Amino acid sequence: MIAHSIFFYTFSIIAVISAIMVTVSKNTVHSVFFLILDFISISCLFIMIGAEFLGMIMLIVYVGAVAVLFLFVVMMLNVAQQKNQWFASEESSGHIPVGLIISTIIFFELIIVIGGWKYKPDLFDLNNSVNNFSVSNTHSLGQVLYTDYIHVFQLSGMILLVAMIGAIVLTFRQRTGVKKQSYIKQISRERSEGVEVLDIETNKGVKIDD
Amino acid sequence: MTDIGLGHYLTLSAVIFSIGIIGIFLNRKNIIVILMSIELILLAVNINLVAFSIFLGDIAGQVFTLFILTVAAAEAAIGLAIIVVYYRNSGTIRVEEINKLKG
Repeated sequence: MIAHSIFFYTFSIIAVISAIMVTVSKNTVHSVFFLILDFISISCLFIMIGAEFLGMIMLIVYVGAVAVLFLFVVMMLNVAQQKNQWFASEESSGHIPVGLIISTIIFFELIIVIGGWKYKPDLFDLNNSVNNFSVSNTHSLGQVLYTDYIHVFQLSGMILLVAMIGAIVLTFRQRTGVKKQSYIKQISRERSEGVEVLDIETNKGVKIDD
Repeated sequence: MTDIGLGHYLTLSAVIFSIGIIGIFLNRKNIIVILMSIELILLAVNINLVAFSIFLGDIAGQVFTLFILTVAAAEAAIGLAIIVVYYRNSGTIRVEEINKLKG
């Protein structure tokens, strides 16, 4: 139990500090790196409390895909060196007290809810509660995911498909002035368009106009 | 150093959620950091769901965390595509200079 406490505090302190660094970091690339550190520490927490499959999926999806996507866009748009100036310009600094007040209010509301929250006594009589530890986390997740939630699962696949098509359609652009290979044009060429037979008299030569 | 219960995880999630909201208001430099703050908020929600799922012994929370993960990935992809298109058209993604909607 003491190891659990030590690991929890270590990973949660790392997560909170890196979350703060994501928001206040001057360089956007550093923000992305701190976001990666945050995801890694939270997935360690997930693995620690017994949700191994979600921890690993979190590593793959967030660190492997989303964070790399962020990094790619940051480097492609060349905004990494833009100076952070949220204290310099007076028109934007009006947002900062508002943001601080709103987030402080939300934080204390959440803390009040957590502090006053009690277990309902008959809460454990759920039908799909998983109390046998004979099967692994991945096994029990799959047993529920592919039976009870199969329609939602397929719907999430459709969401991914729509997101993929949307991203491609948004960023696709037809460039003008670029020479392209057109297979239809190449295949449908006839002999009469390309080759011409000329009658040339002897010792006269030929004048090829281009 | 007492036992780590549900309240510790919920508190951690509340802290990360609040930091995400601060990040949305605080960052006036570029909109990518705002997207990252939204990812932090979704991460806090995921911590909530997984903690409840583990401590109440109900696997449904983890299933919904999986779906939230899917939606978050799709949202990040679409948002970054919109940012790329906007940068290509207007040459900037600074939040102060995005005022085409006159908001």
